[in-house]
Amino acid sequence: MTAQPVVVTPPRDSLSRRVGRRALEWLPAGLVLVLVLVIWQESIAVFHIKRFLAPKPTAIAGNFWTNRGELLHGGWYTFQEAFGGWVIGCGLGILVALVLARWRRLGRALQPYAIAASAIPIIAFAPITNAWFGPFGKTSKMAIAAVLCFFPVFVNTVRGLTSVRPSSIELMRSYAAGEIDIFRRVRFPTALPFVFTALKIATVLAMIGAIVGEYFGGSPEALGVLINSRNATFDFEEAWAGIGVACAFGIGFYLAVAALERVVLRRASSTED
Amino acid sequence: MSNVVKVEKLTKRFERGDVVALQDIDLAIEPGEFISLIGPSGCGKSTLLRVIGDLIPPTTGTVTVNGKPAPRARADHDYGIVFQDSVLFDWRTVAKNVALPLELLGWDRARRKARVDELLALVELQGFGDHHPWQLSGGMQMRVAIARALSFEPALLLMDEPFGALDEMTRERLNMELLDIWEASKSTVVFVTHSIAEAVFLSTRVVVMSPRPGRISDVVQIDLPYPRDARTREEPRYFELVTRVREALHLGSDAGRAVTP
Repeated sequence: MTAQPVVVTPPRDSLSRRVGRRALEWLPAGLVLVLVLVIWQESIAVFHIKRFLAPKPTAIAGNFWTNRGELLHGGWYTFQEAFGGWVIGCGLGILVALVLARWRRLGRALQPYAIAASAIPIIAFAPITNAWFGPFGKTSKMAIAAVLCFFPVFVNTVRGLTSVRPSSIELMRSYAAGEIDIFRRVRFPTALPFVFTALKIATVLAMIGAIVGEYFGGSPEALGVLINSRNATFDFEEAWAGIGVACAFGIGFYLAVAALERVVLRRASSTED
Repeated sequence: MSNVVKVEKLTKRFERGDVVALQDIDLAIEPGEFISLIGPSGCGKSTLLRVIGDLIPPTTGTVTVNGKPAPRARADHDYGIVFQDSVLFDWRTVAKNVALPLELLGWDRARRKARVDELLALVELQGFGDHHPWQLSGGMQMRVAIARALSFEPALLLMDEPFGALDEMTRERLNMELLDIWEASKSTVVFVTHSIAEAVFLSTRVVVMSPRPGRISDVVQIDLPYPRDARTREEPRYFELVTRVREALHLGSDAGRAVTP
């Protein structure tokens, strides 16, 4: 056989070079952030914007530093609720999707309700879960977060499990492979990237769900309750700082799941058995 | 000699649309033969291949592979299959794709590795074991699929337009490689194609099929001697046989058209 096309995988760069390149990629986004903060800060002085509409970024930052203990504690408390709801919602989403993909008839009976779950107006639902599980515990907020997480995870998992090419199934059947082997070696690896996309979306939804729940009553420790009460007492700087902390926990949660995704997908396609 | 494949009075009717995909098919394939199924789209050649491989059941008639009913033969891993789309799994390396059937057969790791190395050498892909399928060209991917189909030394190799998506140059090269592999492995091949040149170059016999309803309209014996190489394609006898198959194809489809206006 004559010359064949040779594919060379580029060698991995050293760590310092990779970090350098990453930093360069993030530079434009960083500049935008700085620019927005500067414009925000200056326009408040220039246009005499009232404090309750938007406090100065420096005032928010200062307030955060003063109340960091209280804010981070609240953030952690709310994150626990969000995480619990995320685990429950994602777990149920994956489970129902598996049932639906495996037992089509049962799936057809469940599917309308799974879709209906996404139509629940979450704000209206929050007082109800407070009534069911008690307003001051974490359970009621987990329930809301779980409802929010369920749908994207369910839909994506179903899509992942059913997006297997028919020829892949024919190939496996030609080896006389059973359903379990087909699931383990074809359906599951095909679905994995879809599932992770949904798990990442769900992290942010879970954080939102927990905070929305807290607006209708919750433990005084919780971040949503704190933001709500500071707004009521005209302490807008701390309310804004609280929103910032909520965002930070949400982003951290997202990045943690994204990191998990990289590890799992790399292991799934590693050269070892 | 006993037949590797024996198809008797086979009819396949698809419920949806009430289509008769195959009607009254009789075909016997001897060990070591290279059979091409050729015909226009809709003649049921891929359907026939899938019925032989027990991937879809026949409506009436019987299919015997190695003296056993087709479902039994499938359970016994009597055949390897290659599709037009190479059907490699992106999350597996080339070596692990080739080893897939061996994993299902329960071979241990050392034995799998030894066999995969042999196969990659056979399809001239040494050194590509740790690559991923998307890093390879289309022709190389197809060679991986062929190595995978041969991994457990099936008596029968079923190929459904394996080179249909490749460029002419790659296709001719892989045709020659496939003949080398076929002669080395002594397996029986059933090969679906819509290329007359490919069918004549590769086969011991070309089965010409015609559509609506799908049936065998002619069988052309290809008496070109093996081993065949690039010069075979320039021999007068080769051109005669190409013409012969082309005429059979046209006759078959004209007859089909006369029956169903």
